[in-house]
Amino acid sequence: MGIGKEVKKIDAVQKVNGTAKFVEDMLPQGALHAKILHSTIANGLVKSIDCTEAWKVPGVQAIITCFDVPQTEYATAGHPLSLDPNHEDVKDRLILSRRVRFYGDEIAAVAATDPLSARKAVERIRVQYEEYAPLLTPEAAIGAQPLNPAYPTNELARLDFSIEGSEVTWGKASFATGARIAGRQDLVADHFYVPAVHGAHIETNGCFAYMDGPKMVVVTSNQVPFTARRNIANALEMPLGQVRVIKPYMGGGFGNKQDTLYEPIAALLCKKLGGKCVSLIMTREETFVCSRTRHAMDIFTSLEVDGEGRMKKRAIRINANGGAYAAHGHAITAYAVTNYFQTYAAEDVQIGESSTAYTNLPSAAALRGYGIPQLAFAMESQMDDLAVKLGMDPIALRRLNMMQNGFLDPFDHFVVKSCGLGDCVDKGEAAVNWSAKRAEYDAFNKTSKKIKKGLGMAIFSYKTGVYPLQIENAACRIILNEDGTAQIQVGATDLGQGSDTVFTQIASEILTIPEERLFLLSFQDTDHTPYDAGAYASRQTYVSGGAVKKAALLMKEKLLERAASIHGRQAGELTLRDGWIVEEKSGEPLASIAGVAAYMQYCNDHVLHTEHLTAEATYTCMSNTFAFGACFADVEVDVPLGKVKINRIVNVHDSGTILNPQLARAQVHGGIAMGVGYALGEQLLYDPNTGRMRNDNLLDYKIPTSMDVPPMETHFVETYEPTGPFGNKALGEPPLIPQAPAIRNAVLHATGVSIRSLPMSPQNLVAAFIEAGLINEDE
Amino acid sequence: MYDIKETYRAHSIEEALALLEGHPGAVLVNGGTDVMIRMKEGKLTDAVLISIMDVPEIIGISLRENGDIAIGAGTCFQDIYHNEVIRGAVPALAHAANQVGSPQIRHVATIGGNLCNGAVSADSVPILLAMNAELELAGAQGTRRVALTQFHTGPGKTVLQKGRELLTTIVIPKEEYAGRYGSYIKFGQRNAMEIATLGAAVCLKLQANKTRLEDIRIAFSVAGPTPLRCAKTEAALKGMALTGDMVKALRQGVIQEVQPRDSWRASKQLRLQLVKELGERALRQAAEEAGGTIHD
Repeated sequence: MGIGKEVKKIDAVQKVNGTAKFVEDMLPQGALHAKILHSTIANGLVKSIDCTEAWKVPGVQAIITCFDVPQTEYATAGHPLSLDPNHEDVKDRLILSRRVRFYGDEIAAVAATDPLSARKAVERIRVQYEEYAPLLTPEAAIGAQPLNPAYPTNELARLDFSIEGSEVTWGKASFATGARIAGRQDLVADHFYVPAVHGAHIETNGCFAYMDGPKMVVVTSNQVPFTARRNIANALEMPLGQVRVIKPYMGGGFGNKQDTLYEPIAALLCKKLGGKCVSLIMTREETFVCSRTRHAMDIFTSLEVDGEGRMKKRAIRINANGGAYAAHGHAITAYAVTNYFQTYAAEDVQIGESSTAYTNLPSAAALRGYGIPQLAFAMESQMDDLAVKLGMDPIALRRLNMMQNGFLDPFDHFVVKSCGLGDCVDKGEAAVNWSAKRAEYDAFNKTSKKIKKGLGMAIFSYKTGVYPLQIENAACRIILNEDGTAQIQVGATDLGQGSDTVFTQIASEILTIPEERLFLLSFQDTDHTPYDAGAYASRQTYVSGGAVKKAALLMKEKLLERAASIHGRQAGELTLRDGWIVEEKSGEPLASIAGVAAYMQYCNDHVLHTEHLTAEATYTCMSNTFAFGACFADVEVDVPLGKVKINRIVNVHDSGTILNPQLARAQVHGGIAMGVGYALGEQLLYDPNTGRMRNDNLLDYKIPTSMDVPPMETHFVETYEPTGPFGNKALGEPPLIPQAPAIRNAVLHATGVSIRSLPMSPQNLVAAFIEAGLINEDE
Repeated sequence: MYDIKETYRAHSIEEALALLEGHPGAVLVNGGTDVMIRMKEGKLTDAVLISIMDVPEIIGISLRENGDIAIGAGTCFQDIYHNEVIRGAVPALAHAANQVGSPQIRHVATIGGNLCNGAVSADSVPILLAMNAELELAGAQGTRRVALTQFHTGPGKTVLQKGRELLTTIVIPKEEYAGRYGSYIKFGQRNAMEIATLGAAVCLKLQANKTRLEDIRIAFSVAGPTPLRCAKTEAALKGMALTGDMVKALRQGVIQEVQPRDSWRASKQLRLQLVKELGERALRQAAEEAGGTIHD
């Protein structure tokens, strides 16, 4: 089959019939169960802990508290090691916290013979706190009592700059919330707000740890096993090589499993118990509160255009709520603030300011889109507001200003070599019959009072991987069997996106061995699989795919060389075809791959030094590229109920060459559903007095159900990206970026009301419609 | 993770009452869709559970000789939704039964549990309130009959004597459904798997020429501390012609009779807006069912 084909997901059958083993399915018999004691204050200090009553619960095997843990602070983010100490992830976490930083912080843990006993013991632990006022927003936190003494103002980091041409000048602004950006009279901003949301992946975070001789083995649902190994080793003050991380099948992660969470707690309990297996499976409620969220952001944008609509001045300020622990530090906010100047650029003035604050909310970190869904909401809402003001068609305004091929990225200094953004817009415009439909709805809305109809759109650009900010590398090993089948081993993780299938296609494309004869286990083991930085940044096919390509080419080269030497030919005259080594020009078959493999491994002619044919390669990706896309949303607003019904939603993507169209469509479908949730329903709600999360469950946290997801249409504009292994670019995260602004702009078209915050829930829309006079009882 | 101490299984109403008497603090369980959540949240610990899943007298729907509809308290929502008697005589109740939770929940959750938990958001309550349903409660001293309008006393509180009584039957008297038409509109942020942000039910009877209201009942859930009826508005609307003025009278009347609160689940502003709007929509729907036309 190979690339570009609709190869069936290689793990589809196991996942459908339930034989695929996830962390919880693999728990060894007799494993102990751990439960966490969470703080019931958001900000303060644990004065004392009394475990007397907890020890009396039958079945309790170990209790550890924040007074018992190693005092080396470690990082939780899933980034590759940075050899530059200035670019290391922030180390601000202990395995259990005495200095409580959010409501739900982990302060003690119990391991018992069963989960109920562990829970009962946890409930019997008595804690005395010294309590401080919760600081829940950047405004409240910055300048208040420090949460981390290393950051005395509670401002974790800033990134401030101005751009002239493609030259960036870095500056240092101070935290501000007013409408004037950089204090300038000419840069008056609109204010947008997006709340914290959660990935709500199906499989909650979970792990278990046991010791095998000197080795600490941690089996965990984690997207970045090699980085998790480093973080766990740091947390436990163990040599890295003594930790072994195993990642079995994974039930989603969305970036939330890019951070090291409870693995060190399970490992420490295990160590305390002399190596006994301890499991720690988060409940759904814990996953909401104690894993990671998408950043809440206040986004201030200012935009000035000339008489024709060409951008002259462009300025933005983002104040992000980072929560209790640094996790990814400022990386996500930095991604967002810079993207504002990538999707569009202005000729005269371009100023960006950004801040991430420590607060007493659950920690924010990576979540599919890495800051860009937030930015896109503000940026693309602003575009439509401006179009209304100018009396211009929103698409025309975008066409005048959006990124073109040849764009030089001022931050990462690479030139865009493939750009299908314009074609994406054209394709979507035609698919929804833009102008005619907009006119039809304008006419409809003139007479319809309660029901209003609208058509809106939004665009985006999104980088592929994180080069040059971080190292981008991946390794792959291919092991040939004597029957011509092969194992492909990668450190890259498939968390549902289908990377394992695409890697198999890549190997098949080069080795001409059909996919069903190539075996890739969705099972990464840091002791056995080659290194990979893991699943994030939509990098898998672009970077890890490059590793598979390189290893497959190496294997091909070996096969041709060995066949040439066996048969007395020149390797340069040979190639692979349908599992055979053939003469390239004539097509004459020389030997099957199986034949060469068997011969090389078992030939006993007392002369040949045999060889088990394997190929291993590390690919260092020294490029970056933008993926692009657009979303078109056709909506019906029930004004008195504040309810938005999406009649139709169309996503168009330029992700370069599409390697598996079926998987690509599925990826977009999932993104649309997630984007619809972000637009219309999802938000984490906190008690403003205590900082306690109120809706830590799937009843009150409103992810869309199948009854809420509209018919979805996907289209691709296939460009060829010269830096991609096969012309391909990112498609993991991009699908969920543009829905919120597209739907918001459709609501604007329908009602004339400019919504500036998410979600567009009935409550928020009814309030906005009452304020705008659309709902008026006195009429 | 469920902290269960003991479980018992009753096979008759009598046995259930005896088990209740013998185990103070025990909790009756049927579908378990609320009890399980309470246990999971740690609100019910060392639980003693008495199953009434196998009590045949409280399962099923029948038409009594006098024409009253009797719904066994242990009937699950899926069965109510598909029942021919319910669909024919009170289709709005079938619709309400289909609004509960998810398909999985509707296959196990029972109407009796929905009522006895006293939740202000219960999907089965508004339409039953609007139909003047009555409840039969069995106890050691025999069975007493309570009007549903008198059943709820506060959030999560009812007149049912927990530990001593068992709801056996929900009765819809013939005169309360014959010639009457109802509607129920549930509003949630999502289109499925929701708790009602607000629920509105209307049950009405038109005069013979179908141009005026002969009788109307209006009920809401989540619009006050208990599910409630709007008696004053009902009285004011009685006899009114089917016009825009009638609709306006409902909108203006109902907001005087509800007391929704601001909660983190929904603002008072939204709930008041929903009371007016859903009240109107439920009225229009019921009038249409009854064959009337509203002249705006």
